[in-house]
Amino acid sequence: MEVARVREYIYSDTELDRVESEVIEELKSSAVQPIADPDEWLDEVVKRNILTTTVDAVINWGRRSSLWPLLCFPACCAFEFIGAMSPRFDLARYGMEILRASPRQADLMITAGTLTWKMAPNVRRIYDQMAEPKWVIAMGACGISGGIFRSSYNVVPGYNRIIPVDVYVPGCPPRPEALIYGIRMLQDKIANRRNI
Amino acid sequence: MTTTLSPGDVAKQISQRYADAVIETTDTAVLINSQFLLDVAAFLKDTPGLEFDYLTHITAVDYFEYFELIYQLTSIKHNHTVLLKTRCYGRENPTVPSVVSLWQGANHQEREIYDLMGISFEGHPNMKRIVLWDGFQGHPLRKDYL
Repeated sequence: MEVARVREYIYSDTELDRVESEVIEELKSSAVQPIADPDEWLDEVVKRNILTTTVDAVINWGRRSSLWPLLCFPACCAFEFIGAMSPRFDLARYGMEILRASPRQADLMITAGTLTWKMAPNVRRIYDQMAEPKWVIAMGACGISGGIFRSSYNVVPGYNRIIPVDVYVPGCPPRPEALIYGIRMLQDKIANRRNI
Repeated sequence: MTTTLSPGDVAKQISQRYADAVIETTDTAVLINSQFLLDVAAFLKDTPGLEFDYLTHITAVDYFEYFELIYQLTSIKHNHTVLLKTRCYGRENPTVPSVVSLWQGANHQEREIYDLMGISFEGHPNMKRIVLWDGFQGHPLRKDYL
């Protein structure tokens, strides 16, 4: 039986550049409007899969209590995130002490930093590789709207142009307390989720 | 500490070898004709007593009438440094000779200047964009880029 090739491997340097350019241009042209909060559009997709028993309370408890964040640190907000993870603020209290380097093992993407269009396809690919259910926290002004770099030629004006964002944490950069508050908000959001 | 060589002294040495190369000497830098750039750079790198074996950085400035390229050369052996400047005219396709053959460190810096300023470097082994993607329109660090 012949297996279809999922991905063409490219070895030519110039070809690689051309394909990268195509990917960026395509993503840029498709990312005109911000993507809405997942709760607004996710319902329709999973409506027929609804389960209203006490089971979802238990499952949601399990999910919100072991959020494993992904390493996605394009810029300086990462340091506040690292600060939040380290003993002084101790994010491990909320069951998320393990930072995953692999998107396949992570539930939560904390987008700590400015995103350029050159990097955008890679972040999109990492998001696509994360297993469902997955959540995204846009951390800092750049993650929310592009921040001071919004009008730049090379900066994505907010992560929600390319991936759906659940919680927005403002600040430049936000203090670890703000990030922890954002994570608590996300946990509340997961707890109130009625579909699995 | 690294001493800064007097641009006048360096210019004098260059003029002895390449009479027309030096256009102007200021307090801080030697301005040379871009046609002689590669010759002068090789001269500065190989002449005993100067031996600028390290290219600290290249940068470019857009003055509308011309682009100015600034090369900071350092000699690790003698612990001295000098600023070399050159100009290229025209906004359509400004070109200067590449110095990658002398200092490998120029490779990525020249590509960055090509990417953001649109100055092409003649003789560069891999003259293409480095920071932005292939197919990006314009050169963002130019003064007339909007």
